[in-house]
Amino acid sequence: MLTIDQLSLQLPLYTSWWKRDWATCLDEFSLTVFPGEVHAVVGASGAGKSLLAYAIMDLLPTPARLNGQLYYQGKPLNASRQRQLRGRELALIPQSLSALDPLVRTQRQVTWAALRAGQPSAHAWHASQQALDHYQLDARAQQAYAHELSGGMARRVLTAMAHVSQAKLVIADEPSVGLDPHQRRRVLDALRELADQGKSVILITHDLRHALPIADHVTIMRDGKRVETAPSCAFQGTGSMLLSAYSQALWLALPDNAFAATTTRRVEQEAHVA
Amino acid sequence: MSQAQPRLRAAFSLGVTALLVMGLVASQWLLGDSPQQMQFDARLAPPSVEHWLGTDALGRELWARTLAGLALSFWVGCLAALLSTLIALSLAAIATLSARLDALVSLLIDTLLSVPHLILLMLIAFALGGGTQAVIIAVAVTHWPSLARVLRAELWQLRQAPYVRISRALGKSRWFVLHGHLLPHLIPHCLVGALLLFPHAILHEAALTFLGFGLSPSQPAIGVLLADAMRYLSGGYWWLGIFPGLGLLLMVLGFERLSSHLRRAL
Amino acid sequence: MLKARQLSFHFAPKVPLLQNISLTLCAGQWLGLSGDSGAGKSTLGQLLAGYLAPQAGDVTLDGEALPKSGVQPVQWLPQSPELAVNPRWRVGKILREAWTPSDAQCQAFGVKAKWLTRFPQSLSGGELQRVCVLRALAPGVRFLVADEISTMLDPITQVELWQALKREAEQRQLGVLVISHDTALLERLCPQRLHLSEGQLKPW
Repeated sequence: MLTIDQLSLQLPLYTSWWKRDWATCLDEFSLTVFPGEVHAVVGASGAGKSLLAYAIMDLLPTPARLNGQLYYQGKPLNASRQRQLRGRELALIPQSLSALDPLVRTQRQVTWAALRAGQPSAHAWHASQQALDHYQLDARAQQAYAHELSGGMARRVLTAMAHVSQAKLVIADEPSVGLDPHQRRRVLDALRELADQGKSVILITHDLRHALPIADHVTIMRDGKRVETAPSCAFQGTGSMLLSAYSQALWLALPDNAFAATTTRRVEQEAHVA
Repeated sequence: MSQAQPRLRAAFSLGVTALLVMGLVASQWLLGDSPQQMQFDARLAPPSVEHWLGTDALGRELWARTLAGLALSFWVGCLAALLSTLIALSLAAIATLSARLDALVSLLIDTLLSVPHLILLMLIAFALGGGTQAVIIAVAVTHWPSLARVLRAELWQLRQAPYVRISRALGKSRWFVLHGHLLPHLIPHCLVGALLLFPHAILHEAALTFLGFGLSPSQPAIGVLLADAMRYLSGGYWWLGIFPGLGLLLMVLGFERLSSHLRRAL
Repeated sequence: MLKARQLSFHFAPKVPLLQNISLTLCAGQWLGLSGDSGAGKSTLGQLLAGYLAPQAGDVTLDGEALPKSGVQPVQWLPQSPELAVNPRWRVGKILREAWTPSDAQCQAFGVKAKWLTRFPQSLSGGELQRVCVLRALAPGVRFLVADEISTMLDPITQVELWQALKREAEQRQLGVLVISHDTALLERLCPQRLHLSEGQLKPW
């Protein structure tokens, strides 16, 4: 479906007034997502997860250096194809809730997404209605402005927009941030459902525990590099099925598990060797 | 390249402007008293190889007078913009100290903004008796409100920033917070604000002088030149108005561009 | 002993956020506070640290009101360290704003000497959060309100941060209020835990 091949990204960083360095945000990052699966990308803040999403959608800030290749359905995904496909076959559920237009009611917003996806205007309103009903947004939420929605509702509106666009690849950037467990469950279930319909879902999150219940594969990311891609069932017990010491330590450090940093020495060594 | 490097572009326009200003200042030195030298055999001469931009009714070289006028305008504009920025900054800083002071400063800003600039300018310049000093003070006193409003809003927002509140909780005084956290943050705003005020100040100085409330008619200010030119315009002596006006326009536009580049870079 | 008595707070007059909340935090105690987003956890934390003033009730330290000036004995640690530091200051100046930690303390919190000359933008969230926590541990500080400070960190950094804080708190008998929606984390850290919902506190 989507293959990311050795993607490197550098962004300018002013170290003083005139000195401009290039900060490496993605370092030869590779990833393959198949249809019908949820692929979670997990890393701490600053690991380059959101930039990965922007690189796939061609939404990076202008002075960025991008190397490597993207393939979508076997064919190279270049800037013009990205522009043509995004909003249609590629959909992004952004992290920031300010992505919703503050001047427009929910349903208009979702209808726009349907129109962008190429649905006839007579049908778009109906489709958006259906999508909103599907995500259990009641009549009041459908007529609300963005600032009147709670965090969980706004996420579901954004998910409905991805749903109505009939996208084949959905990228969800931190959809679980700031939600209570009940709301989180609903948003994540909605993503799982998209995958079960045969779409590909890339779930970007900083919390491994949010990703595991719905993900098929998990890619652990650290400082812009891929540490390991493992099936989500490998994250269990003492993590002995995980290949790299870092992801093992990550798994063990969770408060649900050992909550211990005993293995970190080995991880530091591993980082030094790399 | 220019898109990718806003700072490079800003540095470029800063360099060009600095060169032009240096040229302007240096030219005053080289000119000596030629702006005032009268040639009675060449009165109202049109532009030619001999008289580059033509001469005025007293046979004075227009190019020398335009350059002298621009230099004068530059100094007046510089001082007025600087004073204005200082007033705006100190009032904005005072407004952060308490809610009552803030209300007072806001009232002052609104009051000044609601009065037409030019009328106030004329009144103040007239009350101070005209001359260079009066013009500088009048322009400075009338031009700070818009910048003060921006700075005040910026300060209010900044005061809510976690790091400012943490600094207070760590036992730092109001004064430390003001000069350690708040004011450095305002430097770019002040720089751009002063540069934006500068063309305004020049234009208003020229307008004031043109109307007869500003610099004395004996000084070769742009406003004086333009007022002079008005009298001869109907006689077809177009160069008297065009060239000083064009010079003023170029200077104003140059500084506008510089400030917009700087704003994007900072 | 940090004591909140009958605190009530609202942002809009008709929408009460906290009602008659009472809470005691002793020296050396680790108290967990959980609650749904929007329940008012952060507001309660800011009330305890004196960042907000309650509409009713009061916060007292050993029976006296919180001091108006000087180093506050109750320090608040916010979620995002990026907003908690002046972007124009170098890390060294940020760290030493109120006091100068010893090399041993820096080491305990994993604050490296080479960071000190850099600007905060070039540090990761986890690195910066450690600097922020250490900055708040000035002499005279007796209580900490840690508001979701490890939410955006990876699990390993999270463990290291809490372990360092735990050691320091034990040594100095600091009382810590840990605010988090992560119940597993609270169970690990805090023997006593409270849940805030609909403006009321319940132990769990």
